[in-house]
Amino acid sequence: MIAAGVDVGSVAAKAVIFDGEILGGAVIPTGWDPKRAGEEVFRLALAEAGVDRQAVARVVGTGYGRIRLPFIDKRITEISCHAKGAAHLFPSCRTVIDIGGQDLKVVSVDADGSVTDFVMNDKCAAGTGRFLQVMAGVLDMSLLELGEAALAGEPVQINSMCTVFAETEIIGLLAQGTDKAAICAGIIRSIARRVRSLSGRVPLRPECAFTGGLALSPAVCAIISQELGVPFQVSDAPQLTGALGAAILAHGLAGSAKERA
Amino acid sequence: MTLAALEKMKALSERNVLEINKAHDAGRKVVGHYCLYSPSELALAAGAIPVPLCGTRNDPIPAAEEVLPRNLCPLIKSSFGFAATDTCPYFAVSDFLVGDTTCDGKKKMFELLSAYKPMHVLQLPQNQDPETALPFWENELYRLKDRLEAELGAVITEADIRRAIKLMNRERMLLKRLMDLAKNQPSPISGMDLLQIKFKLGFFPDKEQGLAVVEEIVEELEELARAGHAAHPADAPRILLTGVPVGLGSDKAVRLIEDSGGAVVCFESCGGYKKIYQVDEEGDPMKALAAQYLSTPCSVMSPNTGRFELLTRLIDEFSVQGVVDLTWQACHTYNVESYSIKKHVKERHGLPFLQIETDYSDSDAEQLKVRIEAFLEMIG
Repeated sequence: MIAAGVDVGSVAAKAVIFDGEILGGAVIPTGWDPKRAGEEVFRLALAEAGVDRQAVARVVGTGYGRIRLPFIDKRITEISCHAKGAAHLFPSCRTVIDIGGQDLKVVSVDADGSVTDFVMNDKCAAGTGRFLQVMAGVLDMSLLELGEAALAGEPVQINSMCTVFAETEIIGLLAQGTDKAAICAGIIRSIARRVRSLSGRVPLRPECAFTGGLALSPAVCAIISQELGVPFQVSDAPQLTGALGAAILAHGLAGSAKERA
Repeated sequence: MTLAALEKMKALSERNVLEINKAHDAGRKVVGHYCLYSPSELALAAGAIPVPLCGTRNDPIPAAEEVLPRNLCPLIKSSFGFAATDTCPYFAVSDFLVGDTTCDGKKKMFELLSAYKPMHVLQLPQNQDPETALPFWENELYRLKDRLEAELGAVITEADIRRAIKLMNRERMLLKRLMDLAKNQPSPISGMDLLQIKFKLGFFPDKEQGLAVVEEIVEELEELARAGHAAHPADAPRILLTGVPVGLGSDKAVRLIEDSGGAVVCFESCGGYKKIYQVDEEGDPMKALAAQYLSTPCSVMSPNTGRFELLTRLIDEFSVQGVVDLTWQACHTYNVESYSIKKHVKERHGLPFLQIETDYSDSDAEQLKVRIEAFLEMIG
């Protein structure tokens, strides 16, 4: 039996087709129309998996765009989905750190992937992908370039957690002639500090999985992991973790529906 | 389903502004209160109409921010904003205001507020020590009594205070009966309806009329409870809301919890279970008022052991499945205490816990929804 998960986030829309194994997945930018992005990424994932839409028994939608998806059977929050996805990929993981476009979350999970506690950043963008994106814009670098440069730099202290103020602070540092690599290292260090302060509320129980778009950068993973003092488990496609969790939960729904029938 | 008596209460409530102005024109005095620590019994004993003026709406906050700092709790900004914009008819009709030094933000705001109306600010102790704080607080209540007598041209006798205590005890007893209906499984009433009734009751200039209509609501609900009527789907997780005060307009958290499929069955906050105690009717009435009001377990007290004890009792009595702790932005005492409340709820009761830190605006509604839905998914 085949199920699907569609995760429409603020930056990227993701979909996974699953039948106990991952059959296929896709990632596209969300753009301004979350509904269309959800439909499109679902279609692409189906094509990648070579599966017909009719063959999919259940679809779970997640991410902030989940309310706008007309084709889903159930909505489940990205917190539950990331936990489920990470626990599938890394059965020994007890903490999931997910950094996406506009959210930073630390989730405690049980062996079966159910959530026991979680904490999310407040409404500001501190410590999220958006923060990094804005800083990369100031430095005229891509996110991957920023990460690579950071590995070589001795981090400067960036005090502002607020994205807007941090941007001003970085412009000031550039004006003083501060080394660009040092600024890059300081930026990622400041995200790590934000993760650490959140994880005071939800302790980082080992082992720790790192998911979401920021985990695409090996440099970002290395610096945050070092700053927190815990090794990270990172999958080949960390952005797909939420969609995978949604697909697994959809698979469970399909299973229980079949049993009832 | 709609409750006939609740519809009646809404209709009556619409007349309250008119009625209070009529009473005021006929010579009745109106005394505005800002906090649960200030006993409305003294205003009642002086023959005045007590009204709650604690701000629960977002509308006047931008105006308040022309004077007050932006990063101040929305309750304080809203309370001040209503005065600054002259948009609250109950503030407008008030002859005299009573506040207390509940927290730093409030006491400094009251300094500014006293430019608008004659005002008395009670000095609230920071703990509930029976040897030191209680005699001090009793003396503060005597000072308020003297001030009310002078400002309102009234004489407050011991018999007046006793009568006022009896009346307020009846109100508190009725509110308890109302809230206890949600102990039923399933609860016959939604959290939003509970909130609405509790909130509206405060504004009846004729207390007896307010009590009578709430009594009708309670009887109607008792009937529904006997018939097994459920205000929520059978599997709705039973949520206890603790933390800062909520009212109509600052009900975002309650609304989001119930829209997401939860059932708010218990309010531990100061419009809820914190205020349904009974003041002793036998002994010295001023002593009785001082003792009961000072024991209010608000986070401004240090230590605040009463809140933990109350939570433990309510979690059991209301068969609670999850605790949501609401904190207004910049409310330091509730925000700091949340850490210990979380520990208490998780370790002592093994229950899921969620803190929400927000303001009165809807700007973060989508993000809050994610947290709340995930929290409800956790309960299962």
